[in-house]
Amino acid sequence: MESSRLPRREPNSGFGLLEKVGLAGMDGWLAFSALGLLACSLFTLYEASGTSIAGAPQEYVQRQALYGLVGIIGMIAVSRIDYSRFRELRVGIYTFLCASIFAVFAFGVAARGSTNQLELPFFTFQPAELGKLLLIIALAGFVIDGARRGSEIQRTIRILCLGLLPTGLVLLQDLGTSLVFAAITIAIMVAAGVRWSHLAAIGAVLAVFVAVVLVALPAAGMPVLKEYQQERLTSFLSPSSDIGDAGYQQNQAKVGIGAGGTTGRGDQATQSRFGFVPERHTDFIFAVVAERYGFVGAALVLSLFALLFWRALRLMTLSKNFYGTLVAAGIAAAIIFQVFVNVGMNLGIMPITGIPLPLMSYGGSAIISTFLMIGVLQSIHIESRAAERGPWID
Amino acid sequence: MRFEPVVPKPGPKRNLPSRRFAVIGAVGLVLLGILFFRLWSLQIVTGDKYLAEANQNRTREIRVPAPRGSILDREGHVLVDNRTSMALQLDPIEIPTSVAERRSLYSRIGKVLGHDADWVRHKVQETKKNDPPGSPVTLEQDTPDDIVYYLQEHQAQFPEVQVNRIFVRKYPQGLLAAHVLGSVGEVTAEDLAKNPDKDLGAGDTLGKTGIEQTYDDQLRGEPGDTRLQVDSTGRIVSQLPSTLPKPGDSVRLTIDRQVQEAGEASLQSIGLPGAFVALDVNNGQVLGIGSNPTFDPSIFTHPLTQKQVDDLYDEDLGAPLFDRAIGGQYAVGSTFKPFTALAALDGGYITPSTVVNDTGSITIADQEFDNAGKQAHGPVDLQRALEVSSDVYFYRLGADMNGSRQLQNWAGDFGFGTATGIDIPGETDGLVPSPKWLNEAHAQEPKYYDPWVIGQNIQLAIGQGYFQASPLQLAVAYAALGNGGKVLKPELMLQTEDAAGRVLGENEPVVENTIPIDPADRSVVMAGLHDAAQSPEGTSYKVFGGFPIKVAGKTGTAERTGEADQAWYAVLAPYPNPEIAVVVTVEQGGFGADTAAPVALQVLQAYFHKKAEAVSGSSGSVE
Repeated sequence: MESSRLPRREPNSGFGLLEKVGLAGMDGWLAFSALGLLACSLFTLYEASGTSIAGAPQEYVQRQALYGLVGIIGMIAVSRIDYSRFRELRVGIYTFLCASIFAVFAFGVAARGSTNQLELPFFTFQPAELGKLLLIIALAGFVIDGARRGSEIQRTIRILCLGLLPTGLVLLQDLGTSLVFAAITIAIMVAAGVRWSHLAAIGAVLAVFVAVVLVALPAAGMPVLKEYQQERLTSFLSPSSDIGDAGYQQNQAKVGIGAGGTTGRGDQATQSRFGFVPERHTDFIFAVVAERYGFVGAALVLSLFALLFWRALRLMTLSKNFYGTLVAAGIAAAIIFQVFVNVGMNLGIMPITGIPLPLMSYGGSAIISTFLMIGVLQSIHIESRAAERGPWID
Repeated sequence: MRFEPVVPKPGPKRNLPSRRFAVIGAVGLVLLGILFFRLWSLQIVTGDKYLAEANQNRTREIRVPAPRGSILDREGHVLVDNRTSMALQLDPIEIPTSVAERRSLYSRIGKVLGHDADWVRHKVQETKKNDPPGSPVTLEQDTPDDIVYYLQEHQAQFPEVQVNRIFVRKYPQGLLAAHVLGSVGEVTAEDLAKNPDKDLGAGDTLGKTGIEQTYDDQLRGEPGDTRLQVDSTGRIVSQLPSTLPKPGDSVRLTIDRQVQEAGEASLQSIGLPGAFVALDVNNGQVLGIGSNPTFDPSIFTHPLTQKQVDDLYDEDLGAPLFDRAIGGQYAVGSTFKPFTALAALDGGYITPSTVVNDTGSITIADQEFDNAGKQAHGPVDLQRALEVSSDVYFYRLGADMNGSRQLQNWAGDFGFGTATGIDIPGETDGLVPSPKWLNEAHAQEPKYYDPWVIGQNIQLAIGQGYFQASPLQLAVAYAALGNGGKVLKPELMLQTEDAAGRVLGENEPVVENTIPIDPADRSVVMAGLHDAAQSPEGTSYKVFGGFPIKVAGKTGTAERTGEADQAWYAVLAPYPNPEIAVVVTVEQGGFGADTAAPVALQVLQAYFHKKAEAVSGSSGSVE
């Protein structure tokens, strides 16, 4: 771990180019991994989704490129802001977070069984996607803010409740995103130093809760989840042969990935080309990559995520303040959790939860929000370097 | 340590972030590790298995039916071939499992076809019940063009429905030889179980009756496989290398169209149930064979209504589907007399010159046996007895031969009591009654059978009593008489040919039995039959007296309980070295010369007319 804290030995982060274009202080590897994933996404969409929209074969690519562009601009803009300012705005951010999620109830439009979008003038927006970032910066702020108030257990409960409120609100709309919210909350608690015993207790309660919701209540005739949610969550345990059934689709994705072999099938990737793999531009884009480009391509994507995760994690220790540490932990956890659940779903070892693959799955809200997260990480990086330079250079 | 927490006291311990960083990092690494491992396992370790599964997934194999071979007459005229029909079929794999979706599919399809959902459901269930799993459900055959076009334009809405070109049997000669040709039908689960060695698949067509059944292996051909690349909705993306279907071979029959037409037309003109058989005396080839009433074989190319099925079996309509020529079980009356005569001559019971005084009736064992109408023929020798069909003469022989198996043995030698082995199904054995048989029958069912008495042998001598034979059996026996004793297996198949007309196989004559008939005996019997047909006092002189070709023919008038007499006529021509044997029977046709002989005459006219044409090369008439 010592080797990961070497800011002084790489003052330019290895990319002098960034300095030249006015992006001084950015983490080049972090930017590289994010842009690399976006490039993979665009390449895959370009090659694989040509027949998805009649009359506009490259519709997905063009729109994804546009989202990416907006996201990159947003990332640069955010990186220029001192993230510590967000801490001061935590109450406002938190209120906006809850309100925006709540607004979906009032004005939301449904898509794919979930009502989690807002119809805005130019595009439909999923508040929960941006909400992931908002939760991280707000919750981390509350942790710092409340660090001196109350007993240890009170602090634990306070963070938990602050995390669970938006998580619960999202759960009512979209199960997958609420899991990400929960993961963020837990990650921040872990990073904040909440006692292991507390975390263990929370884990136990969570386990009981899941058991009750998934098994006990439905068995007692009181299903909490909607039928499609229940089916998605449990179908990966028993892939069926019924076309149109969730288990069947997931199995088809798995077959496609397996068929990709070492180097992939290219245009012979029939599973994804001929529609056996469902949602191939969004939730199952990883299966498309894996079938077309094989283990080589899929491993490249996973490696880029590993790089991204490492760079985010590294900021935990580089951060100029504890707030930055918590935010970095939250973002790292949010991304790695989504990657695991989404890719795991593609590989048939996780249930279908509708969690997109960050920076890969087609979708404006997710792409832009993820780039904003990267922007915040960049800000942490820039600030840490500035703080570091301070005593010696200024 | 460069980390500077904003909260120095009483915040976390200074090394806390490192520790917690390690925990989060470790969890993340483990999660990524799981993904990498699973990915490696799926793609590298078991990749081949999934590749095979994926390849399976995108290809659909469609069995392409082979066009069935044609059935031709002996000169190559087409009796049966194929036409193509657009059939609307439902792929069973595509039928949804959910009741609601199925219901909706059925009603959508039904609407297009002008039926309701129940109609479609019924079709699906019928197929499921009868056909092997995976058989396509044929909803409609000969689908009108507008429906075909509609479905093709709206393929996306009906991915389950396919419009397939199928082959349907076509009968250019109409009803001709309907009983011989038989019918085809879709393979049923039962057929599959019964024919494990045949390469049959769901949806194949199989010969079910007649020639179609006997020569199914030759006619059926080999279906091809079209491998199609399909997407997840079943839409065809492209075609992959396929095997072409191999058309079935043609079967050329021994049937002569003119002979067949003449026999059928004249039988039909009488309007009574009956049958005719024309055999080549020297090789057993069937030149014509028919049963009246008949049916239109093309009705089997469509699903039959219950009424159509009922009508085919309806006794009041003469059970049109029943092939009387091979399946009829009849007393043959006086047409049996030549065989009685040969048995008696062989056994030494008579000589050709033995004279019996025919007073019109005879009393044997206190029972009186009469000629037809008690007509007295006076003193008759064998030739005369055959000419005038003296029953008394033959009663005598039957009585004399009782106690020996002479008559039964000779009848058996001529093939009576055993199916001839003709190459279409539906034959019966017939019956030659013997004391042993009747006494056993009596022992088992005393109510129905009385023990053997001499009267049974007397009845047998004139083809009555328990004796039963089919018209075909009688024809085979006459052919044996005509050729000097060879009992031939009647054959309908002349040869098989491939699609280009090359001969693949020929049917050789099969001699089932050779009877040592004394040529002198035979010529006396033949002379008697010739007189019967063409001498002025002969029983069928009024029919054959004017026929330019010499023939040897025998009338028969069989008594049937509760019905009018059944007319028979059996004839060999030309006399004395015949080529053709013709047997005709007309149920309730009365005296043989009245109804049966004229039909035989028509058949012979057709045969010799054609022969004369072939010889002279002109349209010279033999009439």
